[in-house]
Amino acid sequence: MDWTRKHLLGLENLSKDEILYILDTAEGFKEVSTRSVKKVPALRGKVIVNLFFEASTRTRISFELAGARLSADVLNFTGAASSTLKGESLADTARNIEAMGVDILVVRHPCAGAAEQLSRLVRSSVVNAGDGAHEHPTQALLDIFTIRSIKKRIEGLKIAIVGDIAHSRVARSNFWGLQKLGAEVYAVGPPTIVPRSLERLGVRVSHNLDDLLPEMDVFNMLRLQLERQDAGLFPTIREYARLFGLNGERMRRAKRDALVLHPGPINRGVEITPEVADGNHSVILNQVTNGLAVRMAVLYLISGGPSGAAPPP
Amino acid sequence: MADPSPVGSGIRRTIISSAEFDQIYRAWSATMASALAQGEPWAIVGIKRGGAVIARRLWGQFCAAAAGSKPQYGELDISLYRDDYHLKATKPQVLGTSISFPVDGSQILLVDDVLFTGRTVRAAINLILDFGRPRRILLGVLIDRGHRELPIAPDFTGRRIETRPTDRIQVRYRETDGEDRVELTGGT
Repeated sequence: MDWTRKHLLGLENLSKDEILYILDTAEGFKEVSTRSVKKVPALRGKVIVNLFFEASTRTRISFELAGARLSADVLNFTGAASSTLKGESLADTARNIEAMGVDILVVRHPCAGAAEQLSRLVRSSVVNAGDGAHEHPTQALLDIFTIRSIKKRIEGLKIAIVGDIAHSRVARSNFWGLQKLGAEVYAVGPPTIVPRSLERLGVRVSHNLDDLLPEMDVFNMLRLQLERQDAGLFPTIREYARLFGLNGERMRRAKRDALVLHPGPINRGVEITPEVADGNHSVILNQVTNGLAVRMAVLYLISGGPSGAAPPP
Repeated sequence: MADPSPVGSGIRRTIISSAEFDQIYRAWSATMASALAQGEPWAIVGIKRGGAVIARRLWGQFCAAAAGSKPQYGELDISLYRDDYHLKATKPQVLGTSISFPVDGSQILLVDDVLFTGRTVRAAINLILDFGRPRRILLGVLIDRGHRELPIAPDFTGRRIETRPTDRIQVRYRETDGEDRVELTGGT
């Protein structure tokens, strides 16, 4: 197939073939990071701006490295130290940056829909690096890529996503991607942060991790946002960890070849113990390495064609 | 040799038959085998996709004939090294490169099936240089169809053929297509 999209805003509207195409392209990029000169000239002369209005270290660095490996020039704009403090709107900020000649905007913003809105306002390509609780497509793509690289398939796998799903864009993007590729997806956590209404997205909801343990092929553990405790969504962090945290004892009841993923940063001892985070089931570091290849693939595919040509968004 | 195709026909026909392909391949591989036999070991590196098929065949042959150490092997995908992204609406598909031997100080026989403008070979050389500094690179091509746009010249050529720039040349292989032959589709 030919990739024709100008933006990557989420996985909800991508077809199964498009998702597979990104993953297959990422395969071809894995090798670049193993060379001594970790660069290819494909995006030479292109300008990528990381427009991050929310704190992020790993995603921003990952995109920055991905752009650098493609020989692009990468600039970072972090909302905190910027003119948004002076009240400049998102659209004005983006247009001003674009007026300096930018090919790709990678955007992270606290509001759902920010990336899509930007894509309608600017001429550059837009990659969504996380918009509110809506989507974080490259994270889900690298999660799926990691699972596929070890299990050799996604179809038919039973995958549990555990944690604060109500507020999680990582969970939502994973739901879309995994289901399109034929996985059986379970959303697991206390009812206050894993409501039954999630079933409308096609996932199975469970409030009991222990019941599911022996059947799951993959556990994707989401970071518990500790601030939520003040909102009364669960009694104590300790109780959450006892009921929904992955520890060595639970892993002994899980499948021998079950995988443990985590988007990071980890709260050691909360959603996952050090024993599990550093243990044989964990592929957390693989996720980080794969994240580079996946982001290189995304930047490569959406970077422009002939100037003046406008492929469909 | 083959008679010229009717102008603007768009018809595909075989210009090198299986038997002729075999003769060309034997002579070409024999020349390279004797040139590579002396001195330090060589690495055979093919340019995907067609070049990799014929390079793998060559490598298998050279390995079988090797008395001492066997030649190394690599495959290149030049899709990330092209010079024409701005001319196309979509990006070329990334197929992946694998070079498992140390390139510094190596002798590389770079292999492609069809040499045309020379831009693919230019990209392949840049790719190899990103892996290290080879002692030297020699270029072997099965078919040289002329119309060079860069100063690139092969060291070993199977057959030179006359083509128009708009013609399409396709090499078919027994490994992938059931039979060895070369087809030409007349350009419009």
